[in-house]
Amino acid sequence: MIALSDVHKAFGPKQVLRGLTLDVAKGESCVIIGGSGTGKSVCLKCILGLVIPDTGQITVDGQDVTKGDRDAFLARFGMLFQGGALFDSMPVWQNVAFRLLRGRQKRPKLEAREIAIEKLRRVGLTPDVADLYPSELSGGMQKRVGLARAIAAEPEIIFFDEPTTGLDPIMSGVINDLIREIVTEMGATALTITHDMSSVRAIADKVAMLHNGKIRWHGPVAEIDTADDPYLRQFVTGSAVGPIAAVR
Amino acid sequence: MMVLLSPVAAIGRSTLAMLSAIGRVTIYAALAVSHILRPPFYPREFLHQLLHIGWLSLPVVGLTALFTGGALALQIYAGGSRFDAQAVVPQIVAIGIVRELGPVLGGLMVAGRVAAAIAAEIGTMKVTEQIDALVTLSTNPLKYLTVPRILAATLSLPVLVAVGDAIGIFGGYLVSTTRLGFNEAAYLRNTVDFLEVWDVTSGLIKGAVFGFLVALMGCYHGMNSGRGAQGVGRATTNAVVSASILILAANYLLTELFFTA
Repeated sequence: MIALSDVHKAFGPKQVLRGLTLDVAKGESCVIIGGSGTGKSVCLKCILGLVIPDTGQITVDGQDVTKGDRDAFLARFGMLFQGGALFDSMPVWQNVAFRLLRGRQKRPKLEAREIAIEKLRRVGLTPDVADLYPSELSGGMQKRVGLARAIAAEPEIIFFDEPTTGLDPIMSGVINDLIREIVTEMGATALTITHDMSSVRAIADKVAMLHNGKIRWHGPVAEIDTADDPYLRQFVTGSAVGPIAAVR
Repeated sequence: MMVLLSPVAAIGRSTLAMLSAIGRVTIYAALAVSHILRPPFYPREFLHQLLHIGWLSLPVVGLTALFTGGALALQIYAGGSRFDAQAVVPQIVAIGIVRELGPVLGGLMVAGRVAAAIAAEIGTMKVTEQIDALVTLSTNPLKYLTVPRILAATLSLPVLVAVGDAIGIFGGYLVSTTRLGFNEAAYLRNTVDFLEVWDVTSGLIKGAVFGFLVALMGCYHGMNSGRGAQGVGRATTNAVVSASILILAANYLLTELFFTA
């Protein structure tokens, strides 16, 4: 469904992606792991067209992401951002229903609010949260609202950017379980980037390890503990000793 | 030789950087203007900005005009007395306020209040990935954030200038009649008789241009904000400084265009 082929991207002298090739099948939950600064977020942004690759091709269902109707293309996606990226000038329900209040998927205001409250309930938030502003919520609640916004228009593809960063282990577990449940329930294709191994085990069908701008290892989640790749082994065990330099 | 040429190279680099910045701002402005008449439209955003930029700037513009009108009356009276021309206070206050001080000071006050607020808001949105979120939600940030702000500032500044003109003239009237011994009715009659429609209209046109520049600079610097609090802080400063300089430069050009042809 999503195919990246030999994608390169540099920011000034800093080469971030150096020939990234990755395929994510329809309905699959793929998690990209890798250290900080290895290009995980850039990879997601390239797929969405937020960052334009220098060379290489990215397709979704065989269609080049840089061509065609951009609104229709983006309407297929939902994304949970690392910091939530909630619009702090509007209440929670309008954040969740943002897509349903404008553009092609516009619905009547009351219906959009109903859907938003339903999605909030789906991520474990009560309806009284709907009229609060994002600044009034805890970090975990903001992540849930971000998740509700990502699924509000029932997208085919959902991206999760570091979904558990900054959360305590219990809240991380709650978010991981929610993501797994929702992805399975919606039958959506999911691409997650994280360096939290508990998220990997909870969310992934397949795992791809990004190192030095390329996919270093790619395989089923069940194999990450037995794979003999030294880079993957060091990352999974969290060891300071190994081929990945501790100080980068 | 290299040592001798290095200052020249530095001047060259600065010139190129400045030209490239002017090019980027021009392209951004052209893009924003081209989106004004193309759907989708965001009327709620526009009204929200009209309230923030127009209505909430009224106190600062009004107070600035009031004190400026009063001070202007005192200065003209003092200066005019050197050649026995104190009687021209109403006329000079009126023309000074509506042609120059009303639009320029109004524009500068709004630049301080609005350009900074816009740059800080959009810059923070950029840093916290809210701009990226807008894109993923099929919403063009230029249309959703920039166009309503530019439109609201361009339309509300002339109204603010008109209100500022009236308050500024009233400031002059108040000082002239209470402190300088002018007759109330004569002062008002002299003001009204002296002013021409073009005096007022030219000031309002200036106001619209200044409003456009203020919002453009706020949005441009916000959208191009660097990372972190320092990046947003720098964007805010740049927005106010560049908007203020552009207002003064545009004021000279417009005055040249309107009154010397």
